Order: sequence, then C-alpha cells, then structure tokens
Amino acid sequence: MTSKPVSTSLMDPHLLQQAIIGAFAKLTPRRQWQNPVMFVVYLGSILTSVLWLQACNGGGEEPAGFSLAITLWLWFTVLFANFAEAVAEGRSKAQAAFLRSAKRDIAAKKLDEAKYGSNYSKVAGSSLRRGDVVLIEAGDFVPGDGDVIEGVASVDESAITGESAPVIRESGGDFSSVTGGTRVLSDWLVVRISTNPGESFLDRMIGMVESAKRQKTPNEIALTILLVALTLVFLMAVVSLLPFSIYSVETAGSGRPISVTVLVALLVCLIPTTIGGLLSAIGVAGIGRMMQKNVIATSGRAVEAAGDVDVLLLDKTGTITLGNRQASGFFPVKGVKEAVLADAAQLASLADETPEGRSVVILAKQKYGLRERDIHSLGATFVHFSAQTRMSGVNLPGDPNKPGEPCRHIRKGAADSIRQHIETQGGKWPAELKTLVDDVARRGSTPLVVAEGDKALGVIELKDIVKGGIKERFIELRQMGIKTIMITGDNRLTAAAIAAEAGVDDFLAEATPEAKLALIRQHQADGRLVAMTGDGTNDAPALAQADVAVAMNSGTQAAKEAGNMVDLDSNPTKLIEIVETGKQMLMTRGALTTFSIANDVAKYFAIIPAAFATTYPVLNVLNVMHLATPASAILSAVIFNALIIIALIPLALKGIKYRPVGAEQLLHNNLLVYGVGGLIVPFIGIKAIDLFLVAMNWV
Amino acid sequence: MNGPGFLQIAIYLIALIALAKPLGSYMARVYQDESVGLNRWFAGVERLCYRLSGVDPEQDMRWRQYAWAALVFNLFGLLAVYLLQRFQDVLPLNPQALPAVTPDSAFNTAVSFASNTNWQGYGGESTMSYLTQMLGLGVQNFLSAASGMAVLVALIRGFTRRNAQGIGNFWVDMTRGTLYILLPLSFVLALALVGQGVVQTFNPYQTVSLLETSNNTVDAKSMGLAPSPAGEGRGEENQTGKPTKQTLALGPAASQIAIKQLGTNGGGFFSVNSAHPYENPTPLSNFLEMLAILLIPAALCYSFGLMVGDTRQGWAILAAMTLVFVALVCVTVPAEQRGNPALTALGIDQSISAQQAGGNMEGKETRFGIVNSGLWAVATTAASNGSVNSMHDSYTPLGGLAPMWLMQLGEVIFGGVGSGLYGMIVFAIVAVFIAGLMIGRTPEYLGKKIEAYEMKMAAIVILIPPLLVLGGTALSLMLDAGKASIFNPGAHGFSEVLYAWSSAGNNNGSAFGGLSANVPFYNVWLGLAMLFSRYWLMIPVLAIAGSLAAKKTVPVGPGTLPTHTPLFAVLLIITVLMVGALTFVPALALGPIVEHLQMLGHH
Repeated sequence: MTSKPVSTSLMDPHLLQQAIIGAFAKLTPRRQWQNPVMFVVYLGSILTSVLWLQACNGGGEEPAGFSLAITLWLWFTVLFANFAEAVAEGRSKAQAAFLRSAKRDIAAKKLDEAKYGSNYSKVAGSSLRRGDVVLIEAGDFVPGDGDVIEGVASVDESAITGESAPVIRESGGDFSSVTGGTRVLSDWLVVRISTNPGESFLDRMIGMVESAKRQKTPNEIALTILLVALTLVFLMAVVSLLPFSIYSVETAGSGRPISVTVLVALLVCLIPTTIGGLLSAIGVAGIGRMMQKNVIATSGRAVEAAGDVDVLLLDKTGTITLGNRQASGFFPVKGVKEAVLADAAQLASLADETPEGRSVVILAKQKYGLRERDIHSLGATFVHFSAQTRMSGVNLPGDPNKPGEPCRHIRKGAADSIRQHIETQGGKWPAELKTLVDDVARRGSTPLVVAEGDKALGVIELKDIVKGGIKERFIELRQMGIKTIMITGDNRLTAAAIAAEAGVDDFLAEATPEAKLALIRQHQADGRLVAMTGDGTNDAPALAQADVAVAMNSGTQAAKEAGNMVDLDSNPTKLIEIVETGKQMLMTRGALTTFSIANDVAKYFAIIPAAFATTYPVLNVLNVMHLATPASAILSAVIFNALIIIALIPLALKGIKYRPVGAEQLLHNNLLVYGVGGLIVPFIGIKAIDLFLVAMNWV
Repeated sequence: MNGPGFLQIAIYLIALIALAKPLGSYMARVYQDESVGLNRWFAGVERLCYRLSGVDPEQDMRWRQYAWAALVFNLFGLLAVYLLQRFQDVLPLNPQALPAVTPDSAFNTAVSFASNTNWQGYGGESTMSYLTQMLGLGVQNFLSAASGMAVLVALIRGFTRRNAQGIGNFWVDMTRGTLYILLPLSFVLALALVGQGVVQTFNPYQTVSLLETSNNTVDAKSMGLAPSPAGEGRGEENQTGKPTKQTLALGPAASQIAIKQLGTNGGGFFSVNSAHPYENPTPLSNFLEMLAILLIPAALCYSFGLMVGDTRQGWAILAAMTLVFVALVCVTVPAEQRGNPALTALGIDQSISAQQAGGNMEGKETRFGIVNSGLWAVATTAASNGSVNSMHDSYTPLGGLAPMWLMQLGEVIFGGVGSGLYGMIVFAIVAVFIAGLMIGRTPEYLGKKIEAYEMKMAAIVILIPPLLVLGGTALSLMLDAGKASIFNPGAHGFSEVLYAWSSAGNNNGSAFGGLSANVPFYNVWLGLAMLFSRYWLMIPVLAIAGSLAAKKTVPVGPGTLPTHTPLFAVLLIITVLMVGALTFVPALALGPIVEHLQMLGHH
C-alpha cells in the first residue's frame, strides 16, 4: 500500500558507513557534554590514555600493554555509544534527505488578486510569504503550504506520503490544504500561502528529524537526572577506594594500592553506560519509528506523551465505522408483504449510485433474489435526491400489457420528509411506522422510509458497519488502561447502539466543536491525558487543546497547525499505533536502565577481587566466575561493558515489544527479562570473554 | 539458633505488627486534626501553646515556609543544647559538680541530639548534669522526633492535596505530634520501665560497698558499671589495690529512656546505653525498649496508608521494611550464635545449652543473650535509633556487617520516626520511576506524576548520605588526625571508621566502639555529617511535598502501576538494596568481608 520512501534497514552499508564516520565526529567535548554519563567515560578514556603514555615511558603503575588494552576499550565504549546515536540519526537523516528532495525551489505564479483569472507574476517559491495567493496549474509543483481558496484538482502527494494514488484537493470543506513540494496533476488551484519561508510543514519535518539540538523530552530529563545521580554515587564509591586501598595496604603490610587505571575501569563498568550510551538513540529512534508509520511528530515530547494517554477521542465515521452505511433489513408496515417493500425499495434505488443506494439493491437481491432490472426497458424516470425534498425515487409508467394499472411513484427518504410527502398528497401516516422507525434508530441504524404514492410501505434499515477488528483494538486499549470515547454527530439513541456494538467505553452524541472542547478540558482537569484525531477546521480548537493531537494530512491547514502530529496516511486508527510507539519508547528506556544497573552486580564480582588481589588475597573467594588473572578479569568486564552497547543497539532502535497485558503483568515480565536477565547475562558474558582472552594468550 | 530463639523473634515481630494498626490510625487522626481521646485534657494546652507563641494554627504554609520554620526551630534547639552544656557548671541540678563540656564535644552533642542522631562521643554519667540531660538532651529527644514526623506528614499531604500551595503548618504538626503522640507514649513507657527497676531520681550518685571484692576492673566492666575511660564508677580501692567500694551513677533516667527509644533517638542516659542495668534491667524492660525502637516507625506506615486513602499502600511499605529487617536478623543472630572459629579452635565451648547462650558472647549481656542482643542490634540500626544493649564492635564480622549495612541503606528500613518513612517514600519514588518507564507510562505514585523536579530532589536525598559516609571515611583514613583514633589497625579498624561515618552520615548514632571518637577531629567532622544528612535531606523532601501538592491527581486506571502489590514491595526492596549494595560493596569488601574471610582462614 504505502511505499516506504527510504531504506531503513539496520544493516544498510551506506548508513553504517555514515554512522561510523558520525561516531568519530561526535568525539568533541561539546557533544560529549550533552550526555553526562558518557562524558565521564570520555574523561576516563583521556585519563587512561595519559597513563598509558606514562607507562610507555616506564613510569606507569600498570604494564603498558594492560594500560593500552583498557584505554582502547574505554575509547570503544565512547565510540559505540556515539555509533548508536549516529545509526539512529542516520535513519532519520535519510528520511530527511528524501523530504528535502521534495523541497526544490519552485517557480510560483503569484496572483495580483485573490481570484482565478487575475494577472500573475512569476516569483521564486522561497520568496512567498504568508497571505500571498498563487495559481497552480496542471503539472506545477505546489510552492508552499497553503489553503485552496478556489478550484478543484487532483494532487500527487507521493513526495510527502509515499502514496502513489493522487488525492483530490478543493476549496472549502476538509480537503482544502496543500503541502509544499507536492504536484498538481490536473485542473488548477488558487491557493493562499499559510506559512513564511522556513516555517513550512516540510521545513518543520526536516528540522525535526535531523536537528542536532534535539530537545530532551521530560521523561528523558528525569531519567538523565537519575543516571547522573547514580554516576555520582559510583564516582564517590570508586574515588574513595583509593584512600581505602592505601590504608589497607599500610595496615595489611602487603600488596600495592589499587591503580588509577583500574579505578577508571571500575568506574566505567559501574556507571550506567549501557542506558547512558543508548539513551539518545532511543529517543531519535522513537521519532524515526513514527516516521516509518508515516506519522510526523512535531516534537519528541508529543511522542512521549502518546505513551501516557488516558483517554482517546475517536470520530465515529471512518474510525469506528466504515464511512458508508449499508442496508441490512426491510420492515414493512402491516398489510404489506416484505417482498413488496423490497421490490419497491429496489426500484427506487436502481439509479441511486451512492453506496447506501447500491447496498439496498444488493440486499434485495440477497434476500429475495430480486434481479437487478434494466432500468431503461422499464421506461422509468428517476427522481434524484435534492436538498429541497430530501427524497429520491422513481416514477414508473403503467404496464401497457396490464391496462388499468396506474403508474407508480416510489419515494424513499428520511421519515419526516416522507411523512410530509404523504400527508401533502392526502395520505395517512400509519402509527405503527413510528415504532418501526424508532426501533431501527435504537439499534444504531438509520431508518429510510419507502412510500408508493400516498401510502407508506415500510422501513429500510441502513446499518452503520463497525469496522472489522475494531472491537479487539478497543479491548487492547482497555488493557493498556486507555479509555475510548466515540465522537459522533448522531443522536444519543443511535450513538449508544453503535458505541455498544463497537465496544467503546463512552460516547459523545450530537457533538459540536464546543462540546468536544469541553469534554477534553473536563478530562484534563481530572488529571487525564487526552489524545484525538481530527481533520476539519472545526476540529482545530479541540486539537489544540488535546495533549496528543493527530491531524490527518488530508485535513485542513488549520487542523494541521493545531495538532502536534500529522498522519500522512490520514488513517484515524493509527492513533493506536502512535500510543504503542510512545509506550515502547518509555519501556525501552526503563528496561535498559534496569538492565544496566543489574549488570553491576557481576562486574563487582569480577573487579573487586581482582583489584585487591595483592592486598587481601582472601577476597579471591568472591571471584565466583573463576576469571583467570586480575588483569583478565578487569579487561573482560570492560570489554563486556563496551560490547553490550553494540549488542543492544538493535533493541534500542526497534524498541522493546509492547503487549497490552496490564501494568502489573507487564512490569513482572520486563523485570524478569531485563532485571533478572541483566543479573545473569554479564556473568556469562564476562566469563566467555575471559576464556577467549586466555585462549588467545592475550593476558 | 534454637526454637526459643525463633520464638522470641516471632513474638517481637507479631507484637510490632499488631500494634502498627491501632497506633497508626491514632497518629493519622492526630495529624489530620481529628479528635482523639486525649483532646479533652490537652486541647487547652495546645491552644495555650499557640497563643503564647503567637502562632496562627489556621495558617497553611508553602513548602519553603515550612522548611524555614523547621530549620530555624531546629537551629534554636541546637543552640540551646550547646549553651546548656557549656554553662552546666554554673546551672542548677548538677549534684556531681560536672564541669562545662568542651566546645567541640558540646557542638557534636548539640548537633547529634537536634538531628535525631544521638551519636554520643561522651559518657553520659561522667559528662552531663541532670539539667543538661533533661532540659537539653531529653527535650531534644522529643523535638527532633516530632520534627521528623512533621516533615513526613507534610510529604504525605503533598500526595493527598491537589492543585494546592500549602503543605500544612509546621508549628501545629510539631505541637500535636509532641502533645498527643510522643508525650503520652513516653509517659506510659517510662512508668513501665520504672516498674522494672529503671532509675528515676534527682539524688546524687551513690557510693556503695562491694559485697565481694573485685579482682580486676574487667569484672566491673562486664557488669556494665565502669565502661568509660573517664573513670566514673571507679570506687575506692583497698590496700591491696582491690576495689572495695563503687560509685553508682543515678539520675532521672527512665523518663529519658522512654523517649530515647520511642523517638528513635538512642542517646543513652548512661555511657553504655541500654546495656546498663539501671537503664535496661530485665528481659521484660529489654523487650519493651526493643519494641519501642520500631513501634512508631512501623505504625507510621499504617498512618501513611490511611492518610493517602489506601491502607494497602502503607502495608506494602511496611512489608518491604519488615522483609529486609527479618532477612538481616537472620544474618546477624545466626552469625553471633555460630561464635568465633578462632575460639573453637582453642577448645572453648560455644555451643548453646541450658547453662549458656553459647555463640559469641563477647560484648553482650548475659541477661539478654545472643538472640535479644542480635535482634536489638539489627532493630536499632534498622531504625535510626542507635541505642545499644551490646557492643557492636565485638560482633563477628558478618554479625556486625548487617547493622552497618542497614545504616548505609539510608535508614529507610523503619528508619527514624518520620525520617525513615519519608526516606523510604523517596526510594519508592525512584522505584516507581524505573517501574513506570518499564510499563510505558510517565511514572506516577499515588496519583502524582513523578517528573524531573521530583527526580532531582529524590536524587539529592539518595546521594547525600553515601557521599558523606564514603567521603568522610576516606578523609579520616587520609589524615593523621583521623587515623590516630584507630586502635585496631587493619580491616577491623577500617570497619570501625566506616561504621562511625555510616552512623553519623545516616543519623543513626550507634557506635561500633573501638574508635576513640571524642576528639576534636571526629567531633567536628561527624557533627557536620550529622547536620548535613539531616537537613539536606529534609529540605528536598519538603520540596517534593510542595511540588506534589501543586500537581493534579491522576485517577487510577488499569494502566496505572499498582503500588500496593507484593511485586511492588519486592521492587522497592530491590531498589533500596541495589543502591545500598552497589554503593558500599567495595567498602564493605575491605572491611567486614575481609575480616570474615580472614576469620575463616584462622579456622
């Protein structure tokens, strides 16, 4: 369906190459400072580098070879973290480059007056400012974001959405916005430009995906504080070891104090480098994953907030139900056979090309085997739906073979229109019809009354068809702890029936923009986070108020401005995926933090006995992994610590899988995998590296 | 450990948990300004207090005001204790004509009692006049405890209020906590202790003739009568140099001991604290005092649950505390009961029997035995009490490791009255933060979102004690002034210094002993450590309270992380233990763990 604009494979050689270059480019102190945990590793690497140089000149406290090995692996740790970030950015950058290709400098036809046919002058698209009016004709590129004020045209938006099928853009209504960089395929449009240069939707998207000064999201800031606190605690634990060690050597009278190289190695192993190194990659990848879903978030904050959503407002039409209603039954009044009603209904609908009309014909065929008749041979004249009568139908001439049979006038329409139609002809509105009509409405369907002449025949039930699988989605959402509210213009009776069928938690019937806004405010006042989708201009206030607001790309410019995300596929159900992506981002951070901290236990068992091997040989009891030598133990821990960052890059980029199983169960599962796993994995990993180092005779 | 040993621990725990609910709900009523039975007698006193001090009890303080009130009030308390000590020689109620306390020791003691630490560098009976004991130390025992509870209550209000500016009134919380909780409980406990033989008198010390002449001072020591180098309790000696008479220190002890236990103060009236027969004469008095150590901290968990409107929240925290407590009791008591392998090698019988408690009885009172000494040691360090009924320095390395580690955990396993629970709530905030991320939601605890500001403050609360303990220990070992006080060089000397700093840096106040800490170096530096760890923790906790109170309350839904479940209790335990373990494992490895391995090496 949707063709992805760029390759996002992790193993893309070009991306990898870029990422490796990026890893080195990020070695400047300024870049490192942005990540406090890795900055400590960075400083440690510099320190051990100096100590290694000292050792080369014969003055070091450790053998030069050991010093070099530690130094190199510390630098690798820094580079691996840089690499992770660069890979994540690379994927977004590729997408940004693709978007930028759409942003060529387009010649624009700037109109002197805001109407078709006015004189225009050719100017550069980049010089257009808000309020300028341009003409775009078939074959022209749209020079900037704007609203259509005149004309209808088909537009190729594949440059933005990757969707090859053209879309219709027209003035007025909810399909009036055009995006810069797209191309008009047929006809013409007069567009009022709505953004100044550099502020366009494309610019925002490009800026978002490649900005180096990416804003940290609130949870990321809070997590960074926790990581810095842990780093400080470990810094103190490690720094204080030096005097402890000197004192121990003094009093034990044996061994030599712990070396600074080993202290730095211990520090780097203990501080949460795994999560520290991957933290920014997780954030970048989160926005990248949104882009893969063809959703452009205007900030990382919005993606994160999506994970917190408590209430989801969903439009009924298009999200919960298929856009079209379908005939599902015939209910004749007393004295009329159902087949007669079906026959009349079919005749009245033969020329009705709306989906509802087609569905009446199909139902009549399925239920009564009424074949579609050739309308021309019947000599029928059709009465099309008009705003005045609010009815449609057919007039049939009398059968020439059956003289005396009068010509037939069949009409179908909403109950009150037909009633008026009958009563003006002097007919009688049967009392039982009201019951029939109400029954249908109560089931959430739309009643359509069929009349022949001045006599009502019965009711066609037009059913709202709830999308397949939507109920399951709502069950999932409920398990996630998210309340769903259906928004509809239908009356309460109909709305209640559909809400029950679709399985939403609540509904807002006869919704007006004010009612929507009030509903959002009320939930927010209760401390809930509200998400909604919208496309129309009348959705804009509610979108602006909602915490997570997804505007449809097909929607109006006002809606897009008000939202903090734009769905390029204009698919309202995507909100659910957005919520999942937001949750994944948080979960990945939490899981890797847990993993990172749990890892420290094994590292202590590796390094503590090794560091004090000469002072207190009894501590070798703690060397439960039976690592070969003190040097191999320390080196193995450092190598493990660096390699685990590389090993976890795919997880950081993909995000850990979210299953809607309830908070308690989810915590339980993740604690088991990342907490207990984080305890066990390094024991195995460090031992394996130690065996390898010994086998290679490197220590 | 044998059957009766287990039974004693079980009875202790059952009594503790059983009392948590009634006392907890009583305290919740006191702080929620609801009527309690004692109103009839004390409401007038309460009103009088406010009128005399010009306090408007209706005023709702913002967190900064609350913190200022708490700090200024504590500062005045500190000054009062300092001045009382410095001028006790000219003040009344000094029957032994004790001289003024030296400035460094007076500073240390003043900080120590104001901060609810009650580290004692001095020997009570040889240093402090009755007036100083009662008006200085005794009063601070009440006020420091009430301060801790007030801060806790303010933090709880942070959770219960929504979109609010204020977190309560410090003066009201102080007054009500003292008047309705600490005073009545202390009164009842003091009477019970007097009934068991704890002294309560203004009479001067008594000199008595010994029934049996003692051959050496070690006997006197083992009776708990002559522990201090300062030498009180030394009596007259006969011509052969053997003592015939002994001076028995007395004083208004019972009133002070009750509050020292209840308020997790722990500062003994006598130098050897509750090992002294006049401070803790019988197994029953021992049981009551031991129960009093954890009583209020445990009950406050229930008050917390009640006040936040979900008692399960309180039970979850109490369960987490109790589990860690029981686990560490199961380290210390068996370690002590096993005894010393070095002695076993010499053929000394350390087995448990009808005639002897067995195990490592060095530094323990025979009337308490192994179980009640070990249980006390763990309880007093779990809570930031610090009173002792045995000498922790003489414990086996593992037996001593548990108390030391309990302090290093940040005094949150029960902890100080008020301060233990607010510390634990901060850990819960950190646990909730990590857990919240793991379920894909912005973390929230009790309906309040935990954001960057709360994390910053929580980080300070968790950071400061380890920095003080590790930094202080490092400082002591680098400077000659610090090393000069170490009498047992080697791993044990290291443990002693580490223990002293763990105690001061977490406001516990118990001493390992063996380290001569009443010297200017330790008096000043440990004093500063106590000062920082008490107030630099109080301020960020109140800041969290203020920030939480101003937030909206998020309604509980199926996506909310439940914080009353066993899983959360376990997560809380893991968080506390991981932070404590990861921070102190290297230091513990060089101290008790090496000692333990070396001791086994002797074997």
